[in-house]
Amino acid sequence: MAPSLRFPPPVTRLSLKRHTASTGPWFSWTVSTNGGTISRSLQSSLPSSTSSASADRLGTANGRLNLVPPPRWHGVAEVMLKLMAFSAIAAVALIFIFIAKEALPLLWSHEVHKEVTIGKMWTAQLWPGYDEASHVWQPVSDIPKFGVWPLIIGSLKVTFVAMLAGVPVAVGAALYVSQFAGPRLREIVKPAIEMLAAIPSVVLGFFALIVMATVLQDWFDLESRLNAVVAGVALSFAVIPVVFTISEEAFRAVPRSYVEASTALGAARWQTVVRVVLPAASPGIAAGVALGLGRAVGETMIVLMASGNAALANLDLLDSVRTIPATIAAELAEVVFGGGHYTVLFFLGAMLFTITGVVNFSGDLIIQRMKRKLGVAA
Amino acid sequence: MTAPFQRSRRHLAVDTSLRVATGLATTLILAVLAIIVIDVIKNGWPKLTLGFLFEAPREGMTAGGIFPALIGTVALVLVMTIAVVPIGVATAIYLNEYAAPSSRITRAIRVAVNNLAGVPSIVFGLFGLGFFVQFVGPAIDKTLFGGERVYAQPALIWASLTMAVLTLPVVIVATEEALRAIPRDLREASLALGATKFQTIFRVVVPQAAPGILTGTILAISRGAGEVAPIMFTGVAYFLPKLPESFSSQFMHLGNHVYTLATQSPDVDATKPLLYATVTVLLALTFSLNLAAVVVRAKMRARIASAR
Repeated sequence: MAPSLRFPPPVTRLSLKRHTASTGPWFSWTVSTNGGTISRSLQSSLPSSTSSASADRLGTANGRLNLVPPPRWHGVAEVMLKLMAFSAIAAVALIFIFIAKEALPLLWSHEVHKEVTIGKMWTAQLWPGYDEASHVWQPVSDIPKFGVWPLIIGSLKVTFVAMLAGVPVAVGAALYVSQFAGPRLREIVKPAIEMLAAIPSVVLGFFALIVMATVLQDWFDLESRLNAVVAGVALSFAVIPVVFTISEEAFRAVPRSYVEASTALGAARWQTVVRVVLPAASPGIAAGVALGLGRAVGETMIVLMASGNAALANLDLLDSVRTIPATIAAELAEVVFGGGHYTVLFFLGAMLFTITGVVNFSGDLIIQRMKRKLGVAA
Repeated sequence: MTAPFQRSRRHLAVDTSLRVATGLATTLILAVLAIIVIDVIKNGWPKLTLGFLFEAPREGMTAGGIFPALIGTVALVLVMTIAVVPIGVATAIYLNEYAAPSSRITRAIRVAVNNLAGVPSIVFGLFGLGFFVQFVGPAIDKTLFGGERVYAQPALIWASLTMAVLTLPVVIVATEEALRAIPRDLREASLALGATKFQTIFRVVVPQAAPGILTGTILAISRGAGEVAPIMFTGVAYFLPKLPESFSSQFMHLGNHVYTLATQSPDVDATKPLLYATVTVLLALTFSLNLAAVVVRAKMRARIASAR
């Protein structure tokens, strides 16, 4: 035995290989020390490979391996990894803090209060030139007017149309794909939905602006080419993939035994679907609708391009509308940093952040509860 | 009286109509996708030449090509990828390998990731302006450039970092899915050999999860090429004769170019063919990226299924 050999010898190299064979996967590994190399395979049914001569020496000493302590940078890297893991929390916190920071002067800055206060934003004001007190959004004029109700009504109108058009189609398609269609069709529809989800919203906005608006105006002889219906229908193309994906998952998570029991009791297919599958999957559908709603409320480019952007406070769906996200996108580039208008736009952003946060969080809660109930690993 | 086990005609009728109605909904979705794609390609194809891809816009954007927008998009997604992939992968590794599955920290991170995924893109734009351009930028200028205005304005780096925050959930979710699919025995074999947890993760687990990381990266790039709202105030420019030269340059972007051509053009009819061709390029880019992601993911799933 070489006198330089220390027992137990330090391990210098480890390797692990995974092989696939017709009998299933198996592993082989090698441990190298400066005394020699041991190789083994994991699956017992296969003949284990031979260990080399020098491995015997290693084995006879005391059967214990002395591991080289890992390099110090591993510890440092592990700490950094854990720190980086908090990036998502940090991001959400920073978004909240920095939007609030720009919006809060609305509460106490005298400079900002010369132009606008929170109270003035939410209540009807008697503006010069108007006969009665009204809600007006007209931030760029001699007397800037920051009534937010026209924007909120605009957002609600577009969102309403998008959900009305998108949800039944998405849930219907999810029902068809999960209950009636064969696996072949599902292989076509699911990637197609993914492609629809992949279309950038600026392309949907372009399509609504250039193609849909013209076609709808020709068909229905509309007064304003860009309106809540055009924007809402285009927006529904963005909502459909969200609602479809989650609803389809919910339908498929309904245990087979429910369907079998219902069928065994003599229920017709539609009775099983409507009275058993649909109620069982309803929390999932609700979650899908919630997440779709979050998407619709926050979507910017589609409504910016296709809604006409006139801040009118009425309930006519065929009028031009201006939504909250589109207002921020259209106006922020031209405002004075730190001024009243700038502050109000950040306030709208904070509102948007809060609303979508609440809507999405409730959607996620429903999904988690449903998964726990159905025993699917979350 | 109807015979037992024989469905009445009424049931058959309802069955059929339910099937037809839901089938129509499915067809409608496929039709919408097909109409958009066909309309875009039909109108965009004739204008799509090599010259269009490699020329700058000319004559008030009524002629020429999209070269600066292509290069700007590439620069944006490159910087974004360098920023988002290490952080996203690290978060996924922590969640799946280190943290206890139901600990408070894990749950907090997951809530944050879900929340981040639902934040409207325009809010990211506000955040990028408020945080990077107005807060980090001035701090850098003060310390490094003696107060000269270099980074305290919309710039490529700020747009890329804003986009990185937006795509963070995409990378985390895809990586986590891949990590979860790696069999336990692989980790155990490595640990049994005396490898440390860190060695096990970086020599055994992460290489196995590479397709998942790749999927996440591809999807993030696809988002980065198409999203406009987050970069509107953080670095994108309507028109620049020059290509971006440094992190502090402004840049042109494919998605933003579509928006500009569609809404800000003085001569709509002259711009329309260019607009369609630009949309074709953007759509081809996002579709091929997403298709690549689908293929990589399918291969990964098939490999895992065959190994089990």
